[in-house]
Amino acid sequence: MTTAITAPTISGAPHSTGVAGKVRWMVSDTLTLTRRNLLALTRIPEALFFATIQPIMFVLLFRYVFGGAIKVPGGLPYVDYLMPGIFVQTVAFGAVSTSIGLAEDLQKGLIERFRALPMSRGAVLTGRTSADTVRNVFVVIIMTIVGLLVGFRPTTSVVSYIAALGLILLFAYALSWGFAVIGLSAPNSETAQVMSFPLLFPLTFVSAAFVPVQSMPSWLQGFATYQPVSVTVSACRALMVGSGVTGQSTWFWVSRSLFWSVLFLIVLIPLAIHRYRTRI
Amino acid sequence: MSHAIEADNLVKVFKGKREVRALDGVSFAVEEGTVFGLLGPNGSGKTTAVRVLTTILRPDSGHARVLGHDVQKKAGLVRTLIGLAGQYAAVDENLTGRENLQMVGNLNHLEKAFVAQRARELLAQFDLTDAGDRPLKTYSGGMRRRLDLAAALVARPTVLFLDEPTTGLDPQSRNDLWEVIEQLVEGGTTVLLTTQYLEEADRLASTLAVIDHGRVIAEGTPASMKADLGATILEVGLSSVEDAQRTGALLDALGPHAALVSGTLVEVTVDNGPQAAMIGLRALDGEHITPTTFNLREPSLDDVFLSLTGHRTEQEETDDEGGDGESKRRRRRRQAEQALPVVTGELS
Repeated sequence: MTTAITAPTISGAPHSTGVAGKVRWMVSDTLTLTRRNLLALTRIPEALFFATIQPIMFVLLFRYVFGGAIKVPGGLPYVDYLMPGIFVQTVAFGAVSTSIGLAEDLQKGLIERFRALPMSRGAVLTGRTSADTVRNVFVVIIMTIVGLLVGFRPTTSVVSYIAALGLILLFAYALSWGFAVIGLSAPNSETAQVMSFPLLFPLTFVSAAFVPVQSMPSWLQGFATYQPVSVTVSACRALMVGSGVTGQSTWFWVSRSLFWSVLFLIVLIPLAIHRYRTRI
Repeated sequence: MSHAIEADNLVKVFKGKREVRALDGVSFAVEEGTVFGLLGPNGSGKTTAVRVLTTILRPDSGHARVLGHDVQKKAGLVRTLIGLAGQYAAVDENLTGRENLQMVGNLNHLEKAFVAQRARELLAQFDLTDAGDRPLKTYSGGMRRRLDLAAALVARPTVLFLDEPTTGLDPQSRNDLWEVIEQLVEGGTTVLLTTQYLEEADRLASTLAVIDHGRVIAEGTPASMKADLGATILEVGLSSVEDAQRTGALLDALGPHAALVSGTLVEVTVDNGPQAAMIGLRALDGEHITPTTFNLREPSLDDVFLSLTGHRTEQEETDDEGGDGESKRRRRRRQAEQALPVVTGELS
């Protein structure tokens, strides 16, 4: 063993100095960890398979079992009403994997190793949330195909449809920071999962995702209309099948969805980084 | 600069339901190019000390330096100089061995070509070349631990922290890992090793600190610690607890400390082994007590720990909870291995 040799570093300096150096490290570390998280995804094909099966079952369940009993105002086919809701629900449920993944890394001591490395501090979190976003890109593509197969027919333009997917991905990214906070607060990955669902169920089901809000008791309608999942669903609905059924203009819903996503990011990113720094 | 690692009055208190003073004023210094053993039972503060020294945890007060750099003020620089391998084998299950090493290399911001070459080198050095492109899920416990250590070495650290590197390993894997650590030290690496295995500290460390309840309670070379205790231990096994107690009373006068009776086993520290053995056997014969075993052995670090803290290492205590007889048998077997061969000759 020779030990006198110092390993060559990319920046040429033993540790990052200056803002430019820090940003460069942040980007390179985020890419390294995003790649690692995506590789892990491909190594457990079963997990990927069942993660895809679940939203498909929701589509089939609501399209063919519950759908017949749900009356949508304006005579819109239920499948067209349903699909934007399914998209948002799927990525919201998928965000749980952010909390599970981080809790697992903590449990296995990986985070401890990362903290002793000269890497960018936030990269563990940005690497995780970026990988989850890449995964969500595949999810929305698959759900688009599934939707088309069960009779979903978007009536607006391709640009508008893609804008809707962009809104969904942004919303999912913002949510995943919240689930990062949960993952970093949970004692283990099982608990992280259990902690996530009491949050997810009211947000996804007390919403405009599956049934018209008008069918709910009046005291619930306010929350069900304007909570973050609902406004994102309504925005996507307006962008995918027109704003008629949503009761407000497209921009009304899009602006509110953007508001929630940005608010989440502003509040949750510092919170998650704080949890990461103080954990252990 | 002769000290690679310096801990200066480190204090760390964990506040929770019960306040735990994990570090209660810990100080020590590690000379460059040596192995320093931090010895103590579970919960004694070993891991907390390593976390502070590796920049993972901030101490409440006190200072720590690695190669002269303050671990708090120069955390970024310190991280480029150190390697950390722990008892949990902190590696990614879903990646291959090579991918794990490359990930650590990339996070150290090393050049791509260097990382690839270094991963190859380390896989070969740790006898993992064939398994290098298999996911870690297929690795045995020993292989994981070797990869964990390899990951700590990617950036060629000059100071290496090993937190209970062989806990839970089988004897063969443990021995392999010891050899690797010895090679590293020959190459000039400074190693801080925490362990609850006294045998491990004895074999690897040139200097030891015994830590208990967040305090360093003894420091020195393994040899000096044993010398402080007395030259030799006379260990007599009896067929009944009553016999053991009577034997204890008989042998008390043989050494500077009172004889220690635990179950059917009696231990007494003596200065002159053969002489004490003769006196002891005569005394037993006079009382018509026939021992089942009769050994002279060098004091083990376990004995050192016992005399310093009044309790055995956690390993023993935990085992005791599980099954009293089992742990004693195991301990006796281990002590029998360390017994001096000359004694058997005397007895026969």
